[in-house]
Amino acid sequence: MSDLTKLTIAGARDALRKGEVTSVELTEACLAAIDAADALGAFVHKTPEIALERARAADTRIKAGDAPDMCGIPVGIKDLFCTEGVPSQAASKILEGFRPEYESTVSGQLRDAGAVMLGKLNMDEFAMGSSNETSVYGNAVNPWRAGNSDAALTPGGSSGGSAAAVAADLCLAATGTDTGGSIRQPAAFTGIVGLKPTYGRASRWGIVAFASSLDQAGPMTKTVRDAAIMGAAMMGHDPKDSTSAELPVPDFEAMLTGDIRGKVIGIPKEYRMDGMPAEIEALWTRGREMLADAGAVIRDISLPHTKYALPTYYVIAPAEASSNLARYDGVRFGYRAKLAQGDGITELYEKTRAEGFGPEVRRRVMVGTYVLSAGYYDAYYNRARKVRTLIKHDFETVFNEGVDAILTPATPSAAFALGQKFDDPVQMYLNDVFTVTVNLAGLPGLAVPTGLDAQGLPLGLQLIGKPWEEGELLNIGYALEQAAGFVAKPEKWW
Amino acid sequence: MSIDRATAAKVAKLARIRVEEADLPALADEFNAILGFIEQLQELNVDDVDPMVSVTPMRLPRRTDVVSDGNQQAAVLANAPDAREGFFAVPKVVE
Repeated sequence: MSDLTKLTIAGARDALRKGEVTSVELTEACLAAIDAADALGAFVHKTPEIALERARAADTRIKAGDAPDMCGIPVGIKDLFCTEGVPSQAASKILEGFRPEYESTVSGQLRDAGAVMLGKLNMDEFAMGSSNETSVYGNAVNPWRAGNSDAALTPGGSSGGSAAAVAADLCLAATGTDTGGSIRQPAAFTGIVGLKPTYGRASRWGIVAFASSLDQAGPMTKTVRDAAIMGAAMMGHDPKDSTSAELPVPDFEAMLTGDIRGKVIGIPKEYRMDGMPAEIEALWTRGREMLADAGAVIRDISLPHTKYALPTYYVIAPAEASSNLARYDGVRFGYRAKLAQGDGITELYEKTRAEGFGPEVRRRVMVGTYVLSAGYYDAYYNRARKVRTLIKHDFETVFNEGVDAILTPATPSAAFALGQKFDDPVQMYLNDVFTVTVNLAGLPGLAVPTGLDAQGLPLGLQLIGKPWEEGELLNIGYALEQAAGFVAKPEKWW
Repeated sequence: MSIDRATAAKVAKLARIRVEEADLPALADEFNAILGFIEQLQELNVDDVDPMVSVTPMRLPRRTDVVSDGNQQAAVLANAPDAREGFFAVPKVVE
């Protein structure tokens, strides 16, 4: 039975159609794997009753014929998504006890397609972090270990629970969200595939907001094909999100031909960073060779404002967060501080927010407050918005010159040890150096596992696509995946 | 630009996050580290650049000005830390 959890979405879909397995069997296998994997800290709210009920309904629907691809597929949902009647607390104390009365559009689309929710997945608090260490639940742990070491590694963040759960075969796939790299960096750290769609592709409605102009939901899966299947089920126009694009979602899976002959792949020179490990450099070169062998045209390009992306992000994201997180005031939902005799409404706000937010969230809310405050708004916030225009323009220029997609490393290193960077926020921020540009420019990005480092840890490459061209991006990713032939799995120790 | 203790206290106040007096110097140091990192943006000439308003050029959709939702008092109050008689309850605001 344990092998059932190792199935891909595509494999399970086909087996379900042929009657070789039922969704209840798949779901029970995943629930057993989850119960045996508490050491990974991936699932933070388990929902076995909901899962089995949905699995039974999915089996009925599949028997009746004409069920959608995701029908009967057991998945995990990041804690950032509001799920009706199920705790949804963005890994924060301030949303302790919050059980939404509604379902986010994306998790609702998956539910309506027949997908089976196994539970909620660990993450950095309010998606602010790159190591899953800011979570109120405690950190998730990477199922991969370096060489013969027992040291616990980070699964990355913020979607660290999603990445750990998929890599450890606790579920067939999971939802993630990506504001600066929170799908792609953990996917790369755990040897799985992660897709951040074009801004506006997936509805943000019902997903706890971090930085509204950057946030996008996307799939975290075992293969590129699975990202195509699950991605299509998550995307689409939603009138409840005013930034949601009124564009049809193509059949991404049907676009996976693996034929990328004549496609122009840009290699941006600015992504060659000082101090980048030789293994990352070598991986990038191999990726470039693999795409060339598949018939793509490799072209050196320049994205001159790349170095300004991280500082721009660390103005814009905290600014938007300070505004979005103003709603957590101890009045309408979640945690409220115990007040002293004579305390008024101001003490209610200040004590609730001091006790309810963790240190990184407090830090970012206050940085955001500062860059938006009178006297600094132009120097910081408006300047960052102008630099963001320049960063987007860099990408528009190369796409206009005929580049179809851009290949870069996904992360500047393999997974690092838990605790290693936690005390230095700026060091932690550098994790997002290759991914954050994509959010600032609103583009789709895909992390594909491509190799192992000398210690046996997975490394990923990132492909960046043109706006709304997720299908083409996934096809190039599919060609890379086939050429790389990444099949390694973490040794089970949990 | 360096943030002192008084500025840190002001920012905490604006953000409505209580910070104990003793923690203010450490907070100011953290701000300075992060702002030092952001400072690179000053190198660029952005005089003729428009600030980004929307990453995808699009008109915000309009909808008919009608009531489309409502009558959900119980659902709205269901998660309140303190709800009484159909209202959110907070400490006395006006003396």
